[in-house]
Amino acid sequence: MSKICIVFDRLRLEEKMLQEQASKMGHDTIVVDAKTSQISTESKKGDIDFGDVVLERCVSYFRGLHFTACLEFLDVPVINKYDVADKCGNKLVTSLLLKKHGVPTPKTYFAFSSEEAANLINKVGFPIVIKPVIGSWGRGILPLRDKDTTEAIIEMRDIADGSHDRIYYLQEVINRPPRDIRAITVGNQVIAAMYRKSQGDFKTNIALGGDPEICEITKEMEDICIKASGAVGGGILGIDLMEDEKRGLVIHEVNNTVEFKGLARVAKKNIPQEMINFALNHVRK
Amino acid sequence: MNCSECDAKINIPDDAAVGELVSCPECGADFEIAKKDGSNVELKPAESVGEDWGE
Repeated sequence: MSKICIVFDRLRLEEKMLQEQASKMGHDTIVVDAKTSQISTESKKGDIDFGDVVLERCVSYFRGLHFTACLEFLDVPVINKYDVADKCGNKLVTSLLLKKHGVPTPKTYFAFSSEEAANLINKVGFPIVIKPVIGSWGRGILPLRDKDTTEAIIEMRDIADGSHDRIYYLQEVINRPPRDIRAITVGNQVIAAMYRKSQGDFKTNIALGGDPEICEITKEMEDICIKASGAVGGGILGIDLMEDEKRGLVIHEVNNTVEFKGLARVAKKNIPQEMINFALNHVRK
Repeated sequence: MNCSECDAKINIPDDAAVGELVSCPECGADFEIAKKDGSNVELKPAESVGEDWGE
């Protein structure tokens, strides 16, 4: 019997499913709220009970990332690793790694000032998708189709003046059916995949109400998902794919703290069970 | 348990756990369950959605 620790900042259905599944499998579980935890350079491994292995499940990316750094400092095994969370949390870094590792990915362009972003869009042409380098649930993602909207968006980014607002991430529009695919990888396996259909608009995120439908895991999908997982360092990941009319599957995003309540409703495999087994095998190695 | 915003009654499900959110049925304010010991429940205002929230 092992003890699984779930670090959270908002207890969602996923965290409850993981807890319930671990108990069913005969393991002890413990949940630790990152918001009410204190760690210091003087902390020792046994000061807080983190069990045998931690599944880091914070909804806040930066909170989870920094908490993971602390866990690794304490030599507590944690999934995913800091390095993986760091890479997946930044779309620019993810895109570069996917390309570097030969994973089919949309053409993506980067600019580092508003002026140069405008020049770049002018050169590449419309339509083009603008995305924040950090952010989830489809926020801030929109297709730019004309000069007026583009100028307004760039101006808004200049005014917002967040630390990442002057990093421009622009991506080609993929000609695809009105859906994308979310695959979950656990180690070297794709354990489930689903189509996420748009609700008549550009975005397909389940968080936005996208409708889940099971997707067959093909050899092509498996191959590129495993390659993508390797590119960011492996672990438990949510991989987003699009069906390009010409190139076949392309991967546009790799997510670190995967949400799976939508997929769990339609998946053949028991997703929480696969995640817990992976975590336990990780510490047994 | 009454809402600190509008004083309406908030029902806490028996199986609710610390860290879960509950909403006021009248004003819609969100609260996080901070402590739970049997029927004694302590609520605190829930964090609003941050820019870095998500997967």
